[in-house]
Amino acid sequence: MPGLLEGKNIVVMGVANQRSIAWGIAKSLHNQGATLIFTNRQERSHKKLLKLLDENDMEAALTVSLDVASDESITAAFQEIKEKVGVIHGLVHAVAFANREELQGEYADTSREGFLLAQEISAFSLVAVTKAAKELMTEGGSIVTQTYLGSEKVVRNYNVMGVAKASLEASVRYLAEDVGKYGIRVNAISAGPIRTLSAKGVSGFNDINATIGEKAPLRRNVDQDQVGDATMFFLSDLSRGITGEVLHVDSGYHIIG
Amino acid sequence: MADVFDRVKDIIVDKLEVDESKVTMEASFKEDLEADSLDVVELVMELEDEFDMEIADEEAEKINTVGDAVNYINSQQ
Repeated sequence: MPGLLEGKNIVVMGVANQRSIAWGIAKSLHNQGATLIFTNRQERSHKKLLKLLDENDMEAALTVSLDVASDESITAAFQEIKEKVGVIHGLVHAVAFANREELQGEYADTSREGFLLAQEISAFSLVAVTKAAKELMTEGGSIVTQTYLGSEKVVRNYNVMGVAKASLEASVRYLAEDVGKYGIRVNAISAGPIRTLSAKGVSGFNDINATIGEKAPLRRNVDQDQVGDATMFFLSDLSRGITGEVLHVDSGYHIIG
Repeated sequence: MADVFDRVKDIIVDKLEVDESKVTMEASFKEDLEADSLDVVELVMELEDEFDMEIADEEAEKINTVGDAVNYINSQQ
């Protein structure tokens, strides 16, 4: 049986190491026959990515450097993708950043710079890459980002990132309206807590994580592969009727009062 | 089973890509092994997996040298 993503060129942003949600997604996309293009900001992540690809017998059509904090970098990266790959059909946005000292204590203590930084890297980045990616999605496409419950409810210590994720989810809706007319869909996955490098930056992560295993309807934690498969669904034609949606992949935890 | 120091050393050599001889009990992650703060968080996660334990944030912050990590793990076993 041919894969669900056979013939689709998909850009994956945000692989930092083997625990990254983006890596779980990349494996799932690969299993369905997608052609993958990766972007990294830091050299350390790029090195780890190459090692992971090698260890898993996977090949990237292209790996490019992309810093979402720079318009020039975004333009250059998508120009390179256009020249070397051509048309793209999917984009996975799995990047976010906030200062570690602002992922603890009181949200009211958030600095102006820290607030703007979290918004820029975690939410505006989706706006910027959607604008760049849609030029290459001439056959229609699907864009998927990663969010978290902290956008809807107060999750202790998530603070400035929760507000950035609320902005990201609103951006998903506005962008979905913008690009729908070009046959491009925009959706988000709201994953339960997963032990990634980023998650460990949130103070008390181990405790947040333990709660899901106890209280979520499915009584177990979510992993990168589950998020990978749900993201794969959004990138495949199986989800062709869905856009502007936030899908919870959290063992059902968000329904619990 | 190899002792704690050897298991910790293997992880450090693999993750930080440093020479085995540099990994001593006294070696500081940041000064001697050229780890940045992300590397240290990654190492802590690897140690949690290897030794099937949770290292609380306050404890993780106190781990500056290889010896700190080995001693903490030993104290929890």
